[in-house]
Amino acid sequence: MVGLATVFGAGGGTSSYDEAEAADVIVMWGSNARNAHPIFFQHVLKAVNKGAKLYVIDPRRSETAQFADRWLGLHVGTDIALSNTIAREIIHSGFACEDFIGRATSGYDEYAASVEQWTLERGSEVTGVPADAIRELAHAYAKADAAQLCWTLGITEHHNGVDNVLGLCNLALLTGQVGRYGAGLSPLRGQNNVQGGGDMGALPNKLPGFQDVTDNDARAKFDTEWGVTVPPDNGWHLTQMFDAMERGDLRSVFVIGENPAQSEADVSRAVHLLESLDHLVVLDIHLTKTAELADVVLPGSASWCESDGTVTNSERRVQRVRKALNPPDDARDDIEILLDIANRLGHDWSYANHEEIWNELRRLSPMHAGMSWARLEDLGGIQWPCPSDDSLEPPYLHGRLWADDSAERGRPAPFSVVHDEPPVEALDDDYPLRLTTGRRLDSYNTGVQSGAYRSPNRLGETIDVSPEDADALDLSDGELVRVSSRRGGVDAPIRIDPALRSGLISPTKSM
Amino acid sequence: MTEISLNIDGENVTAEEGTTILQACGGKSGDIPTLCYGDTITPKNACRLCMVEVEGSRTLVPACSRPVEPDMVVKTRSDRVDHARKMVLEFLGSSVDLSLTENVTEWNAEYGADPERYGDAAATVTQPVKVDNDLYVRDYSKCILCYQCVDACGEQWQNSFVIEIAGRGFESHVSTENDVALTDSACVYCGNCIQVCPTGALIPTSEYEMRAAGTWDEDAQETTNTICAFCGVGCGLTLHVQDNTIVKVTSPEDNAITHGNLCIKGRFGFTHVQDGRTIPPTADPEAHP
Repeated sequence: MVGLATVFGAGGGTSSYDEAEAADVIVMWGSNARNAHPIFFQHVLKAVNKGAKLYVIDPRRSETAQFADRWLGLHVGTDIALSNTIAREIIHSGFACEDFIGRATSGYDEYAASVEQWTLERGSEVTGVPADAIRELAHAYAKADAAQLCWTLGITEHHNGVDNVLGLCNLALLTGQVGRYGAGLSPLRGQNNVQGGGDMGALPNKLPGFQDVTDNDARAKFDTEWGVTVPPDNGWHLTQMFDAMERGDLRSVFVIGENPAQSEADVSRAVHLLESLDHLVVLDIHLTKTAELADVVLPGSASWCESDGTVTNSERRVQRVRKALNPPDDARDDIEILLDIANRLGHDWSYANHEEIWNELRRLSPMHAGMSWARLEDLGGIQWPCPSDDSLEPPYLHGRLWADDSAERGRPAPFSVVHDEPPVEALDDDYPLRLTTGRRLDSYNTGVQSGAYRSPNRLGETIDVSPEDADALDLSDGELVRVSSRRGGVDAPIRIDPALRSGLISPTKSM
Repeated sequence: MTEISLNIDGENVTAEEGTTILQACGGKSGDIPTLCYGDTITPKNACRLCMVEVEGSRTLVPACSRPVEPDMVVKTRSDRVDHARKMVLEFLGSSVDLSLTENVTEWNAEYGADPERYGDAAATVTQPVKVDNDLYVRDYSKCILCYQCVDACGEQWQNSFVIEIAGRGFESHVSTENDVALTDSACVYCGNCIQVCPTGALIPTSEYEMRAAGTWDEDAQETTNTICAFCGVGCGLTLHVQDNTIVKVTSPEDNAITHGNLCIKGRFGFTHVQDGRTIPPTADPEAHP
């Protein structure tokens, strides 16, 4: 969200799912959508079946890559090297969209100079992708009538994830593949309502509707509506929170529907820090590993079927979730719990129903102002921005960038100079294998939700290993191994997976 | 879009070029019965129940797939049409178990169809129910070979290509490759075949077991539309709830994101809200000694 917001001023995907069907080139970068976003991928397959070219960039020859015209199997963490190499090839081949660059962007010269060093030869050497594959992708993307560039956690879940996104935004600016129907940038959110969480201000530097916490005028509006003084400083994001716990600056934590004791990359550190807190409260629908560490566990309700409200999906569509079930006896609606806590802390929060809370948001967030519950119901969801009660915006963002009138175009979209930085975790003789996680079709994150149902295809927890490495290490399928990093280790059976290359291993995401 | 004028049952109507006779009839003539037709699948003209008479046409035509033409004169009911529908209902009804197929009883009465009249000698597709996985069963005694599951699994939606029609004539049947069990096939258990099946040949195991136990009660079920909680796509779900328990999940076929399709998690991954939810509110003084 940060990368897109930096370039375009709005932290959301620029396209709608349907637009994938109108694209003639689709690039899935660090996205195994066939498994992780299967219904979005059906829209992609509609295009592929009509003749669109599909390029898949992933260290693993994933299920998605099996549908691709070309798979670019890059080394983990070389995404910026690849995007810079693609950019140089586009520029040197004369396929840069000068019309768009001239009217709608800034910082092109500096950017072009920065990618000049990324020849096909160097790019190929660093990324491990054959030069002709990089060239083919570069030309196809630049020359497409409408190209979709889609990504997922393979781009964002890196120490330099923001730079990775900026690198992809550069490619869209360079070729004018944004701001038109069918052409755009589509980050596929890993979890339901990740988009909505950000939209609602669950970001340390944003109020609802992506209004800056540090913006005095924005804050004043919230101060008035809420009858409090909103603190003027940015908060901490999750990584900073754990650092603050380590320093002793953060002593009490309220966790809602998150399972950091299992989902953090360095689990033993996370557990240790959570255990050392003065006070830990967990609101969840299950007794998660995190809840087991808590002083107080508040049984909540499953928001998608035991409560009313909204979520926002990866195409910025606000959608109604509805109560179909009563939660178990001891569990309560999350909103009721939050209201009770606020009121015990001396506030006076009361709302007649969930819709009233939503209407408060509509008063505060201009991009949601036109989304009454009645309209959300009638239209089956509405994409933001929707500032008006009686009209709808186009399904894609940033059409303004193509306007002839410079006032209408508004702020140019800046190119960003981004540098290749290898993964923080370097390979050496003691730790010679690179590990990357992946999501399986039938499983989901730490397994709290997906562990319960009986999937015939469930493989169990395995460490997937290339046939070459299995051979070299004399391992057979199913053999129990210990995989160790500089911080810890896990024991699991191996599964020989020809989708992996030598040097790359992959555990299930829930491990 | 060009508007086309035609006459249906003596009434002049207009329809957009490219629409079918069935669509041109719209809700008005909901009386054209259909079995193999589904809103999300390209018509395959398999069941021949929707046949109508078109002036100047030697044979009856399938309303589900025949596009409208200028000045077409259509009769949705006539002796010839009714007779054809009666025979289709009888041939299908005598060979296939249509007990879970909607509207068949009414249609039989409407068209005077009596599938029983062929007696015990009638050839049937009766066979044991295939139960080879935990999520859904395949009861091909109920299969009318409408092709919808094949097309949903194939290029029209899922692109898994796990099933096809094998055999010829009366021996035609839906089959996995070499008729292997689903668990040995490329099936990913999206259940998009269940969604489109019009006869209950494909149903979730949960529904199958409740029906067998006599506890499946559609009159006692309420449906609620909501959004799937897995991943960030935001698929529309319809939850079928009986006694405060989700007994089945489908997706609305007019949903612009799903067109009725879901993945295994969306269709079957709901049990976590019903199992293991007994966490009492706790204050654990031992948690942080």
